Amino acid sequence: MLFVAQRTTAFILAVAVAAHLATILFAVRGGLTAAQILARTHGNVAFALFYAIFVLAVAVHAPIGLRNIVREWTAWRGRSLDFALILFSGLLLVLGLRAVVAVCS
Amino acid sequence: MSDVLAVDVWRGAENGQFQAFTLPRRQHQTVLDVVTEIQREHDSTLSYRFACRVGMCGSCAMVVNGRPRWTCRTRVNEVVSGDERLRLEPLRNFTVVKDLAVEMTQFFDKWKAAHGFFEPGTAPEQDFAVVPPQTKERQAADAGIECIGCGVCYSACDVVAWDRDYLGPAALNRAWTLVNDVRDRGQAERLKAVSHDNGCQACHTHMNCTNFCPKAIAPTYAIAGLKRVLFRRALRSA
Amino acid sequence: MRASHKQRGFVAAMLHRLSGIALAVFLPLHFLALATALNGANALDSFLALTREPLVQALEWCIVVALALHLTLGLRVLAVEFFDFREKTLAALSACAAAVVAIGLVLALNLS
Repeated sequence: MLFVAQRTTAFILAVAVAAHLATILFAVRGGLTAAQILARTHGNVAFALFYAIFVLAVAVHAPIGLRNIVREWTAWRGRSLDFALILFSGLLLVLGLRAVVAVCS
Repeated sequence: MSDVLAVDVWRGAENGQFQAFTLPRRQHQTVLDVVTEIQREHDSTLSYRFACRVGMCGSCAMVVNGRPRWTCRTRVNEVVSGDERLRLEPLRNFTVVKDLAVEMTQFFDKWKAAHGFFEPGTAPEQDFAVVPPQTKERQAADAGIECIGCGVCYSACDVVAWDRDYLGPAALNRAWTLVNDVRDRGQAERLKAVSHDNGCQACHTHMNCTNFCPKAIAPTYAIAGLKRVLFRRALRSA
Repeated sequence: MRASHKQRGFVAAMLHRLSGIALAVFLPLHFLALATALNGANALDSFLALTREPLVQALEWCIVVALALHLTLGLRVLAVEFFDFREKTLAALSACAAAVVAIGLVLALNLS
């Protein structure tokens, strides 16, 4: 059920986002260069795993949230909407995992 | 306190306009007093509903200066100060029949759709059920059982305004009281009835229903309860 | 017939919803930016040079605030739904706002 998926990924993201915000705030101190960031993340399996799960959770959570908004604020609903959102989910998944590969491998 | 009260009353149905009246201002007037005086002394064609006049039946619910309330329990002094005008409109989210009277059918149809009725089962018990009032389930049911179906929460709900299929706070609140009724035998069907796109998961916790309920019932928490039960069931079956 | 807009729960839900939309729009762009690292550290660096522009920094700050807002207001929803949290909405919202402001301030301090 979409509701279950939405709330489950919400819990996962609550932890992941908190961790991510902390990481970014830490990285922003003293400015960031690509080399410095990539030096820490390249070949780092832990980072890769963390962000892969993050991307997966977002790819589930965001489209379901958007679905509610579109159904409530526009006249669009039904299969075509669900299909469009699945495409958006795929987009997030592909772009996200590509970014994880770019940064962590 | 000024001696006259300026009132704008909605006339017509979905299409219509406000009609202005001026009445003497009296110290302890309720909004119902005002509407009644308008209908009796000024314009007998005005349509509105009331019954008990004492805050027990919920028939007189309408939107007073933007907020859904019971007119018999709303003093004019509570909503209007100085020279402010009083504005009366029919409940939001209902089809307007005429002036201040709305069509309640869809509201009660959704009650049924949410299985807001007791299901004794095909083989009812032979003896009385023993339900101690302090049990968690009974307390949860008791918290929502006083609902008289006045429609204020339904009028206040944004999600009902955005999605006319949404079952709404009253129907879901009633469903929750029955989910907590240990004698009921229709739980599986009821939970299924509230689990679709128009069910409890459409609630976004704006809490207008809880804020406006004249009986201090909190449909938000009842709906949260339904969400929890459905969540646990889904995880268990996975 | 629009009274509900003044209620606090509605304000919370709208902030939550709008920040969610902002994040959904931002994320694909974020992923594309990060993926420039596929072309090596220099590619990411030249992209990051953009982020030193004050306008871009301001927008970044907005997105971080949107994320913090969406997170804290989401926690409010989860608390009411799953932990039977009977909050005084104002108190809960204040806590959310405080957390968001704190994060925003820390970020602003670090960015400058």
